[in-house]
Amino acid sequence: MSAAPRGLARAFSAGHPALVVYLMAGYPDREGSLAALTAAAEAGADLIELGVPYTDAIADGPVIRRAGEAARDAAGGTFGLAETLDLAAEFIERSGESAPPVAVMTYTNPVMRMGWAEAARRMADAGVSGAILPDLPPDSPAAQEWTAAAREAGVDTVYLVAPTSTEDRLRTVAEASRGFVYCVSTTGVTGERESLPTEVPELVERTRAALAAAGSPDLPIAVGFGVSTPEQAAEIARVADGVVVGSACVKRQDDPSQLAGFVGKVADSVTSVTGNGVSA
Amino acid sequence: MSDAFLPSADSTYRTPDAQGFFGPYGGSFVPETVVPALRELEQAWKEAQTDELFIDEFEGLLADYVGRPTPLWEAKRLAEAVGLGRVLLKREDLTHTGAHKINNTLGQCLLARRMGKGRVIAETGAGQHGVATATAAALLGLECAVFMGTEDIRRQALNVYKMKLLGAEVVPVDDGTGTLADAVSAALRHWVERVRDTFYVIGSALGPHPYPTLVRAFQSVIGSETIAQLENRSIGKVDAVVACVGGGSNAIGTFYPFLTSLSAEERPMLVGAEAAGEGIETARHGASLAKGSPGVMHGFYSYLLQDEGGNPMEAYSISAGLDYPGIGPEHSHLHDAGLVRYMPVTDAEALEAFALLSHTEGIIPAIESSHALALLPRLAKELGPEATVVVTVSGRGDKDMDIVREAGLAR
Repeated sequence: MSAAPRGLARAFSAGHPALVVYLMAGYPDREGSLAALTAAAEAGADLIELGVPYTDAIADGPVIRRAGEAARDAAGGTFGLAETLDLAAEFIERSGESAPPVAVMTYTNPVMRMGWAEAARRMADAGVSGAILPDLPPDSPAAQEWTAAAREAGVDTVYLVAPTSTEDRLRTVAEASRGFVYCVSTTGVTGERESLPTEVPELVERTRAALAAAGSPDLPIAVGFGVSTPEQAAEIARVADGVVVGSACVKRQDDPSQLAGFVGKVADSVTSVTGNGVSA
Repeated sequence: MSDAFLPSADSTYRTPDAQGFFGPYGGSFVPETVVPALRELEQAWKEAQTDELFIDEFEGLLADYVGRPTPLWEAKRLAEAVGLGRVLLKREDLTHTGAHKINNTLGQCLLARRMGKGRVIAETGAGQHGVATATAAALLGLECAVFMGTEDIRRQALNVYKMKLLGAEVVPVDDGTGTLADAVSAALRHWVERVRDTFYVIGSALGPHPYPTLVRAFQSVIGSETIAQLENRSIGKVDAVVACVGGGSNAIGTFYPFLTSLSAEERPMLVGAEAAGEGIETARHGASLAKGSPGVMHGFYSYLLQDEGGNPMEAYSISAGLDYPGIGPEHSHLHDAGLVRYMPVTDAEALEAFALLSHTEGIIPAIESSHALALLPRLAKELGPEATVVVTVSGRGDKDMDIVREAGLAR
């Protein structure tokens, strides 16, 4: 339970764009999600984003919301942040040095309910490297409390930018983020999309400029929301340092071998991209 | 919390702060995608407040379209029946569309048009806010979609038909329990997707900043008119002012002018009626203040019915407008500061009050408003037979006929 925290940055240091795989904790049940985590890690995930089941997931599409609901049901109604951290600890301990770094994706209220400092400490104790709170704008007073607690515990906080972000918002996110910056590809919730918006490269460039202005030119940028095929992942990998694949993985999460096959294909597609000039 | 919030005769009630906090409550907990839209809304609202054309248009619509000012009706037979000296009813049920919701939807739809958004969305529980939004959208030529839980669609079929007739699309929400909270979440998710061309018309004094302040501003006409009407009739001393609280928009619209224009000594006791459903000792109620704890839901921090893990819980009330697991952030602040008293009212008490007002005054109130009316006998015991009480009747009860018929209310 007391693995040393690992920085998220490690995921971006392999010399190729990083594949971030989102999985829902506790789905289809606790053992099933543990098997899925292992399968994804072995199939080439460079970073695991582990979702916390939550009943009011306002940034998530139907696939992730239903998986969260199923996870809670499978556990008799109580699978939340505490149970997710326990699961993460077991996965990290079991995988040892080979485990990719883990970031927990949780809505704000479960963290507040546990207490900022307590939640940060328990994440660090579990060996979790980072946290993503999609409904916590980085300049809010609550975010300042959280950021302080997370830094104290050695947990990276990843904040998000969106296509609607103005330059001053990009700057705020750039200054507050640790580990990487999460670039939301499109307006809307998580979920697969047939094609990716053409504005992604521009948003990545604007984010990079904001990071440079904030004095963190080397902080990686990962793009997520809507990425559902190896081809789309490669398209993103050509402009960003990392690709997040969520719903497309969660959809296959109840079958570890199918998941491993898919993650393997996406990983091949992403790692074959070279010369985007930033990672490495 | 600043000492400016403490109740004292010479302190001015001033909330929220620049980031939208009422004491510790409120704020903005939303995905980054909509943060710029909230900033834009705040700016547009700032400009509109000092734009005489905007204010004139809003006030003109309230007068000629909504039918304001609404009467302050002295309910003598009701007063006698409950054992109070005087009972005055602020008749929001007499507005166009039959509930206070129209005050707010006209204001927000005017803002939407001003901001160049041609499309509005709304959530609705009882259907009143949906109808009011569809009405304002029809009047101002805006496209409109209303998110409504499937259970509420079943309970409020008439309002669903009205919205469609008014040209709105009704989007069924099948998540969770298919009620108001699920409709708010679905509307928020949709807004994240369509934020560039769509304005979210929030129906109560809740949601991320600046919505609670915006809704309060548009609903404050209720309290301001009440104060003027009391003055005109030389009714000097009012002992209590009562309103029902779900999200709390008719209540904050009623209370806010009393909080800002009267010192604590002159101010009547302000009372909010929360939905106690089958009783706050059971698991089936919507009493966020009596039984909840502070947390974040739907973009703001406030009292909330939640489980150990911080998941919002299901609320229940006979009233589709009050079965919401949260409450507007300013009410949480007013509760903690002791400036407003909040009392739980059960379904059974509300039904009794529904029947009583119908029999004694020939006024059929909404089941939501009946929660406020149900406090009159309790206040009579506490304040005595000479006391004067004002109640905001937030809406009319036509929409509730099926529910009260099921309950067998008619003699």
